[in-house]
Formats: sequence, structure tokens, C-alpha cells
Amino acid sequence: MRDSPVRDRPTTLPIRFENVAFTAGVAQVLRDVTLSISAGLPTILLGPNGSGKTSLLKLAIGLLTPIAGRILYAGRENVSSSRHAFVFQKPVMLRRTVARNVAFALKAAGRAPEAAAIARLLSAVGLAPLAERPARRLSGGEQQRLALARALARDPEVLFLDEPTASLDPFATKSVEDIITRTAEGGVKIVMATHDLGQARRLAGDIVFLANGALVEHAPAATFFDTPATSEAKRFLAGELVI
Amino acid sequence: MKRKECNPANWPGAARLDGIGALELIWSGDANLFAIVGLSLFVTLSATILASLVGMPLGALVALTRFPGRNVLIVLLNGSMGLPPVVVGLVVFLLLSRSGPLGPLGILFTPQAMIVAQAVLIAPIIAALTRQVIEDLWAEYREELTAMDVGRSSRVATLLWDARFSLVTILLAGFGRAAAEVGAVMIVGGNIDGFTRVMTTTIALETSKGNLALAVGLGLVLIGVILAVNALAWAVRGWSERHAG
Repeated sequence: MRDSPVRDRPTTLPIRFENVAFTAGVAQVLRDVTLSISAGLPTILLGPNGSGKTSLLKLAIGLLTPIAGRILYAGRENVSSSRHAFVFQKPVMLRRTVARNVAFALKAAGRAPEAAAIARLLSAVGLAPLAERPARRLSGGEQQRLALARALARDPEVLFLDEPTASLDPFATKSVEDIITRTAEGGVKIVMATHDLGQARRLAGDIVFLANGALVEHAPAATFFDTPATSEAKRFLAGELVI
Repeated sequence: MKRKECNPANWPGAARLDGIGALELIWSGDANLFAIVGLSLFVTLSATILASLVGMPLGALVALTRFPGRNVLIVLLNGSMGLPPVVVGLVVFLLLSRSGPLGPLGILFTPQAMIVAQAVLIAPIIAALTRQVIEDLWAEYREELTAMDVGRSSRVATLLWDARFSLVTILLAGFGRAAAEVGAVMIVGGNIDGFTRVMTTTIALETSKGNLALAVGLGLVLIGVILAVNALAWAVRGWSERHAG
């Protein structure tokens, strides 16, 4: 995937949120978030359920629109999202085979759905033997890996993942994490939401800690886990309920 | 279409008023009977295809776009699912009659007119049900397709393809409605012996004449055809689901 001409597209990093707010109906989901996501190791959005992690990801990729503030991509607003890919917590499997799901993603990204490209992507996520299986008949872990293959078909600069292992067993979780690690090592910026502390420790380069729709702390992973600066982060790391 | 004379009263078993007479009629393999069955299938399948070519894209378009009057259109489409066949037949008759706007086509009292009438009758059914199916699927797919940068026309194609199993059921509903319909084809086809006489109009005619065995026999054939088409579609659907999800 490294040889694609789409790599020549201008960078969208860093992604900067400036005083971003978002509401869903009357509920304030995010308030006054200012944050910069730069190239490099994976950025993990950490926080309890309802803290605004998913909304932040969806705002970053343009699936949601902030009610206040702005989001800049390498200093520009309203850039094309062609360098971004998204993996949902519960990805939708298109009603076709595994290989055709990948072919669909390649076509949507403006790339030729060649057999070699499909095979390479499926091999990257360990699904090559299941290429002709109906996608909806895959297990949860396999579906998540197929969603990763579809995302990688976009040859993204930034890969957003919304709790991709939330409903997976440890074995499936490890296989997904291995793919994420390899992808990050390949130069793709990972921005991932999770509420799993262990996963955050395993994958994070830096931690964005959210609670109640507010950015509480943003620090390198080691700093965050060793010396959290806020009482909310300390309580969360101690396993207490942060409501 | 070549006009053929046939007198159902001379068919095997036609004089008998019991169920055995009806079965005798079916098993005799009478050419006239099969001509009527063939014309019925031709008209109904053609109408179903024509109506789906209009109804499915229309339903998908209404499902995926927002415009002033959309809710009114949805109510109209849903309401049109219950259009009375005789009213549809009357409207199509007026359109196709010599003094009507489509009179120059010269297709009144032909199978083509019957196809048009049946298509008008079932297009709203197909459009309304397609809209509902596509709208529900869009709610499920919206974020995924948006994140993939799938364009508007590709979205429609993707949703129609992924809804194909539900759409087959919708087509079957349209087919069943058209196949069972008698009023519209009677008005625009004229029930001309050997030319525009189909199963439903023959059943109506022979019942009025007291040839109950014929009517029952044709009724059994009609039900059998509808069941066979449904069984075939179900088998294809099952095979496709196993192989493509």
C-alpha cells in the first residue's frame, strides 16, 4: 500500500480542534475542546462511555459538524477527507463477499479494484482464506478486520477507530491490535477511541482523556499513566467511576 | 400479436362442473389454455419489469433526497398502493383512446395497453415499498458510506444492490397484484378472444357463463403460476444469501 500515488496528496496533519463544541438535541456532547493531533505514534482518546470520544472522532472526519469552534487540517478548514479512513465500533458489512467488500472500498477511494490489491489488503488483515465468504457471515472479530481492510483500501494518512475491539474476545482483540500496530508502524497516524485502559497502555503514544464532554488531559502515554495531572484522570486510572 | 380463435367451452372437462373437470382441463395440455396462461405471464412479467424500472429508482430517490413536498409525495405513493384497478383501467383507457393524448400510439385493446395498465397499477406499490426499504437501509449505511466517500449515484446503486433480497419480495408483491388483477386489463384489453384474453378475464367471463370447471381450472393454474414464481424467487434468494450474504 505504500506505493500508491494517492500518497502524493497534501498532508492533513496536524488536526487542530479550536474551541469545538457539539450538541445532540439539547445534550451538550462536547464543550470548548481545543486539541492538536500530530503525526507520529497512535493517539488514544480515553474516557468513560458518554465522554464524547465518538463525537470527537466523527467531528474529525466530517460526519458531524461542530456548533462552535473550528477544525483545521494542516492549518486549513474544509479539506477533502480522502486521506482519512474510519472504522466504526459496529461496522456495516455490505451484502457481498469479503473480497467484494474490499473491492467496493477500493473503488470508492478512486483506486482500481485489482485482484492483487484486494489480495494484499486481505492478507494484511489475515482474511485471505475467507475472501469468497459472505461478509455478513463472518465472526465479530473477522468483521472488524474486514472493516480495517476496507479502511486501509483508502491508503489513509489518518485512520480513525471507534472502539474497534469493544465487543471482541481477547484473541480477536489481539489480532485487531496487531493490525493497528503494523499500520501505525507503516506510517499511518492512528486516532483511536477506547475505554479499555489496558489497550490504551499497549497502543498509545499520547492520551487524550475526556470526561463529560470536556478535554481533561492530553499528555504522552507514559506521563498520563505514571503521573496523571487531574483528579478525574487519577480516579479513572484507579478504576473509580468518573461520572 | 397474432389473434387466435378459441372457445373455452370446447376444452376437455369444460362441460363438467366438478373439481375433476378442472384438473382434467389442466392435465390435457390444451394449447388454448396454455396460450392464455402464456399471454397472462407475458403481460404480468412485462408490467412488473416496466413498473420496477420506474418504481425502484423513484422509491430510492425519494428515500435519499429531501425536497419540498416530499412528505406529500410519500403519502401519495403509500395511498396509491390501494388504487382501484378499474379506476386505473379507466384512466389508461381515456389516455389511450383515440381522442386521448396517447391515442396516436394505437395500442388500446392490445396486450401492450394491458401491460401499461398493470404497470401503472403496481408502480406505486413498488415505489412505496422500495422507499421504505431503502430509507431503513440508508439509516444503517449512511455513516459508513459517507466515511467511504461514496458518491450520490453510487449510494443509490449500492443501496439497491444490498437491498436486493427485500426488493425481490417487493417485486413478487407487485407481480402478485398484477397477476390477480382483472378490472384494468378488462377495460383496456377488451378481453378479446385469442388476443387479449388472460386468465383473470377468462375466469370472470366463464364464471358469468356458468362454466365453473373452466373457471376453477384456470383459477388453479393462476394460483399455481403465482406460487411457482414465488418458489423460484425464494430459491434464488436462498442461494444468493448463502453465496453472497
